[in-house]
Amino acid sequence: MKKVVNTAIVAACALLAGAVHANDVTVVNFGGANGDAQKVAFVQPFEQSTGNHIVGVEYNGEQAKIKAMVEAKQVNWDVVEVESGDLGRGCDEGLYEKLDWSKIGPKSGFIPDAVQTCGAGIFVWSTALAYNADVLKTAPTGWADFWNTKKFPGKRAMRKGARGNLEFALMADGVPPKDVYKVLATKDGVDRAFKKLSELKSSIQWWEAGAQPPQFLVAGDVVMSTAFNGRIDAAQREGKNLKVVWNGSIYDLDYWVIPKGTPNKALAEQYIAYSLASKPQQSYAKHIAYGPVNTDAIKSLDAATLANLPNSPANAKTAVLQNIEFWTDHGDELEQRFTAWASK
Amino acid sequence: MYSAALTVDATVQLKDEMHQAETRKRVKALALVAPLAIFLLLIFVTPIAMLLTRAVENPEIVTALPQTSRALHDWDRRQLPDDAAYVALVHDLAQLQDGETLGGLARRLNTEIPGYRSLVVKTARALPFTDDAGHPLPEAQWRKSLIGFDARWSDVVYWQAIAKNGSRYSPFYLLAALDHRQDAFGHVIAADPDASIYLEIFERTFGISAAVTLFALLLGYPLAYWISTLSARRANLAMILVLIPFWTSILVRVAAWIVLLQGEGLVNKTLMAVGLTHAPLELLFNRIGVYIAMTHILLPFMILPLYSVMKAIPPTYQRAAISLGSHPFAAFWRVYVPQTYPGVGAGVLLVFILSIGYYITPALLGGPNDQMISYYVAYFTNVTINWGMACALGGLLLAATLVLFGIYRRFSRSELGIG
Repeated sequence: MKKVVNTAIVAACALLAGAVHANDVTVVNFGGANGDAQKVAFVQPFEQSTGNHIVGVEYNGEQAKIKAMVEAKQVNWDVVEVESGDLGRGCDEGLYEKLDWSKIGPKSGFIPDAVQTCGAGIFVWSTALAYNADVLKTAPTGWADFWNTKKFPGKRAMRKGARGNLEFALMADGVPPKDVYKVLATKDGVDRAFKKLSELKSSIQWWEAGAQPPQFLVAGDVVMSTAFNGRIDAAQREGKNLKVVWNGSIYDLDYWVIPKGTPNKALAEQYIAYSLASKPQQSYAKHIAYGPVNTDAIKSLDAATLANLPNSPANAKTAVLQNIEFWTDHGDELEQRFTAWASK
Repeated sequence: MYSAALTVDATVQLKDEMHQAETRKRVKALALVAPLAIFLLLIFVTPIAMLLTRAVENPEIVTALPQTSRALHDWDRRQLPDDAAYVALVHDLAQLQDGETLGGLARRLNTEIPGYRSLVVKTARALPFTDDAGHPLPEAQWRKSLIGFDARWSDVVYWQAIAKNGSRYSPFYLLAALDHRQDAFGHVIAADPDASIYLEIFERTFGISAAVTLFALLLGYPLAYWISTLSARRANLAMILVLIPFWTSILVRVAAWIVLLQGEGLVNKTLMAVGLTHAPLELLFNRIGVYIAMTHILLPFMILPLYSVMKAIPPTYQRAAISLGSHPFAAFWRVYVPQTYPGVGAGVLLVFILSIGYYITPALLGGPNDQMISYYVAYFTNVTINWGMACALGGLLLAATLVLFGIYRRFSRSELGIG
């Protein structure tokens, strides 16, 4: 009897193992235009050159899912795209594996911000001022114009949350981009930012999904919006006359992480290394206007592509790098204050 | 004599047998109920108990800093602590280095003082303190080294934050969910008005629920009355019209309301075509949209208990009142309506309790000022992973529901007559 049971168990295990292909890697990203670009630039060539199969999963950045998997020791995500704000926190709390950079590439081959303990930068993206050039006859030049409802009457759209908006408010109030986080680190600076936001509050329409700003702009619901530059670029490719103002934009990186305890760690590292190589990085930047982290790839891109990238030398000049440490320390406090402010 | 003894024996035996039969019956009954009892215990009681404990659990600081907590136990929390506390902190932090315990500690301390997260992580990574030659420093110099590493270690508030969390359980999250906090000495004080938000949201949650309950009663009562007067065939037809939306997915109904209520939607177009308005009304992403959709979704929960009660009321009482000279409206109001109170009570309670937990309808149809408490439970669970806060808000919502149910039971003195 015991033997029969054992045989049955072995057979069941063999079946299960057969159902989950041995060389499957589960890669999780945010989907959308970005996911499509990753599919063409990273996933398909990786599958062709290595013969491994990529299982694509989309999520909205909820780290709760990773936390639940790691705590239950049932990790079935191998490579996950996370935003910078979650990276430091998750790394401190032991949600992610520490990366072995010798398996990914020479650290000097990447822009400095891409190389982190638990995360490898994938691309550089930016939150910038965007407007519909068919509607606005004079082009706005920065955040002061965004706040100027006399010169540019109409609603503005902003992302619902403190992150980014506080920096924009300070820049509109005359703080130079390089001092934004110095001012924001003080209580007076935070008060000043919220006061400036209050000035504009009645004209703000909030957005939550990255796809909304181009929709609002095209439909004429708002005259200006904060937006992810890649989404505006995607709308431009569809023939919409939307424009980006790079002055005072905030750029940031998305990172690959490996959830702690994944059984496919080696394959996960292989996929990360592949996606960060020069060729796939160039191909990615051509499909969506997010900047490469591979320095070699930046050098090899043509001028037309570079003009739309957040970290091209010209566009990065007046831009601010999102201060991850500031937001890890103050994020909870400021988001709560923002929620209280927005609901009043 | 002999026969009497036999009878006694027989009686004892009979008693035993009966007792055995009864036990068997009881075991059988228990066995039949057991699956449900175990299911409820596992799926319902245990998670709620875990939720409630998680709302008061505060293990991060004691677990990560046991020596420091002990060293600070008798500290007066006014002046900086003595050298022993500094030594204990360095010992504790040196053992943590990386991993979950340090991360949990950093996150918890950051909720006390923003910026504490990076301070504690940086300090832990800099340990152990060594001199220029790489030899470990003696304990006597650790205080100076800590303060030299980051001057914040000479600020008393950072020590107070550790000292006041010297217990494994704390009302921290529950107080925060009620816009209060404990100061350095454990006194409960109101939170900073800039960050106060939850009392207002609880108030809003109950306000929206009360309004929706009222609308559902005003719409549901006449309808239920009308259906109860119809013939069986017509009543069935009318009930189907009530039940089909009831059986339709909530998401589908919410999406349908978005289509109907939007600026270019059917409602606004009709109003403008009839000439009642000239510009489209704003019916979406504000309180009006939330009221309309929630009332529609919850209406069957009002109609069904009302209908079942009304169906059982004999029409003869009302007729008798009228034949004895009462005005028909007075007969309705004084004879019929009081008999429907159990249905009204059940319907109101059902709708109100269901609406205070509503999440998806306000999230999709409301603006930032229309979100109810469940939105923040989801926010803390998924976005910030602050499960203590999520559990505290959920626990308070549960407590409010139980209190309401208790009040209802007390006043109605009757069981719920639902369905």
